[in-house]
Amino acid sequence: MNRRLASVLLYSTLVIGALLSLLPILWMLSASFMATGEASSYPPHVLPDHPTLEHYRALFTRLNLGRSLLNSVIVTVTVTTVSLFVNSMAGYAFAKLRFRGRDRLFRLLAAGLVIPVQVSMLPLFLLLKQMGLINTYWGVIIPGLASIFGIFLIRQYTLAFPDELLDAARMDGAGEFRIYWSLVLPVIAPVLATLSIWTFLSTWNDFMWPLIVLSDQDHYTLPVALANLVGEHVQDTELMMAGSVLTVLPVLVVFLFLQRYYVQGVMAGSVKG
Amino acid sequence: MARVTLEGIRKIYENGHVAVHGVDLDVADGEFVVLVGPSGCGKSTTLRMVAGLESITAGRLTIGERVVNDVPPKDRDIAMVFQNYALYPHMSVFQNMAFALKLRKLPAAEIDRRVREAADILGLGPELERLPRQLSGGQRQRVAIGRAIVRQPAVFLFDEPLSNLDAKLRVQTRREITRLHRELNATVLYVTHDQVEAMTMGDRIVVLDAGRVQQVDTPMGLYERPRNLFVATFIGSPSMNLIHGEVTVGSAGNAIFRAAADDLELPLGRHPAAAEAVGRPVVLGLRPEQLSLAGTDAAPSQGTRDAARPPGTGSSAPPSGTTNLAPAPGTGSSAPAPGTANLAWPAGTRSSTPPPGTTNLARPAGTTNPAPLPGQAQVGMLPLQLDAVEPLGNEILLHGRIATQDLTARVAPMPVPPKPGERVILAVDSAGAHIFDATSGARVVGAGEIA
Repeated sequence: MNRRLASVLLYSTLVIGALLSLLPILWMLSASFMATGEASSYPPHVLPDHPTLEHYRALFTRLNLGRSLLNSVIVTVTVTTVSLFVNSMAGYAFAKLRFRGRDRLFRLLAAGLVIPVQVSMLPLFLLLKQMGLINTYWGVIIPGLASIFGIFLIRQYTLAFPDELLDAARMDGAGEFRIYWSLVLPVIAPVLATLSIWTFLSTWNDFMWPLIVLSDQDHYTLPVALANLVGEHVQDTELMMAGSVLTVLPVLVVFLFLQRYYVQGVMAGSVKG
Repeated sequence: MARVTLEGIRKIYENGHVAVHGVDLDVADGEFVVLVGPSGCGKSTTLRMVAGLESITAGRLTIGERVVNDVPPKDRDIAMVFQNYALYPHMSVFQNMAFALKLRKLPAAEIDRRVREAADILGLGPELERLPRQLSGGQRQRVAIGRAIVRQPAVFLFDEPLSNLDAKLRVQTRREITRLHRELNATVLYVTHDQVEAMTMGDRIVVLDAGRVQQVDTPMGLYERPRNLFVATFIGSPSMNLIHGEVTVGSAGNAIFRAAADDLELPLGRHPAAAEAVGRPVVLGLRPEQLSLAGTDAAPSQGTRDAARPPGTGSSAPPSGTTNLAPAPGTGSSAPAPGTANLAWPAGTRSSTPPPGTTNLARPAGTTNPAPLPGQAQVGMLPLQLDAVEPLGNEILLHGRIATQDLTARVAPMPVPPKPGERVILAVDSAGAHIFDATSGARVVGAGEIA
């Protein structure tokens, strides 16, 4: 009886907590379907009286947010796939290949982890300006193509990969790229999933760097375009909510899709230390 | 199939550590050669150099007719079986075995045929679609062997393939590998730290220690003619007993071994190396089976056992005149007649009392002599204070001390074995003893003897 009471208490606390954290998101969803002005009416409405898609329509037609959505997709997908490739190759090399200066080079990289992103923004901007990449997709994509954090994460995970497997593959006649591609990648899939969620999230949500590099509205990514919206339509809560839904949705989908591996990856990393 | 030749193969790591000091070895086509030694002796490094997984610092490696020092592993026509199986975890058994063939771009039908053939030989047919983690340890090791077989290599390399298996499976797999070797008629280089594996599997054995080859010989050759103390103690289980001392010549012109630490003497009789060993510090090596139980010493005051001994029963009694360490009275001639009340006195103790007329084959010639002539005594007597008794069913191991000297004897089973704490009398077949030079550790070889 006591035990049962305890579990009832525990679960109700958890359910209340979950509802509390879900509430803003649910309200955002609900408000995005409300008519203009309804969200700020008193007493507040929980559900829209007359659900409408008017704001979504406005976003895609009048405000041209479809373009920003496409920009975000182009930038995020490119950065996620290419950086996954680059980081995993580098991480594998640092973990398993023997070459001169490997550990020194890795320590140097790891030291770079402590430098805040903001510090490097100005020099990076000047560099890209010289290369003529300001106000292009490349300006947003290139700095994200490799990340020290990603290399670090993959290296740590790959360290546990048994050397004998590599030896066996070499005896079997596999070349170095074949070993990486058909052997290492499938085995380190959990950490790749973790890293891809992380990269996707941070690139999709990145606001600062695209804001700095992109000056032309046609190149804006969603967060930048949305921020512009706030300036122009500060009163239009429902329109803002629709824009937010549009921004959050893809991330949510990706996360739900990969979360199984994500948890696996995080656990594996924590156990090995 | 091919011959493998190692000429002065050395491995020096970048930090200056010398792992292998120059190995010379000629493995004949179809031969099964085992590299054995304690961990860190360089056996695995040597194998990995043959495999091409470690670079060769100096020397020449030939497989077939080709010098392959700088040939990558995949082009050396070799296959290797690893200690931890090293199966690709995300591939099925079939894919694991087919991987190398796919990389060689063999036609699918040929791959299929070879994999199924190997699976049949190894009894893996029903497991082909399963993943390694769904298999038992023994099955995994068979997949690893199968992966080597399908390649049809000239040389098979095994790196301690049995050490992760439990004892029963190890014996079974050991026999399986031996059978495969016979069926495939393949050249095999096999690394192990287990001397039993080495003795049972190898046509020839290479004993390594500290990066140097100590001896290359057949299993029985190593056992009977160990070239130095290291080989002598490494091969054979339990280990050979070692007693430091020197060889002197007795009054009757007979050679006697005198232990350094204890007041202990053993007649050497017609030991072939006795003459060579006289006058220098030596180590006497006695295999546990060269010590046999001659009787218990539980109640030395009862003099009846001696009295009952019929004349001429066997060689266990030292001839009069031989100096023989037998501290307790009555122990020097401890062989009682069958039928006396001494329970520990067995019919099957190899030691000493064969019925008159039987030839004891376990002994070198000379010991069967029913009445040894002075100067030819082979058998000394040692009193052993028992520390531990290990009955193994088919034999009993007696561990104990003679003064400060630890000794182990291997005796035949008996209904009532002696107990720890008791004192027993051991008969020593010192003609079969090995004599080593105490300074160099090398075996003292008598004139006319095979080295």
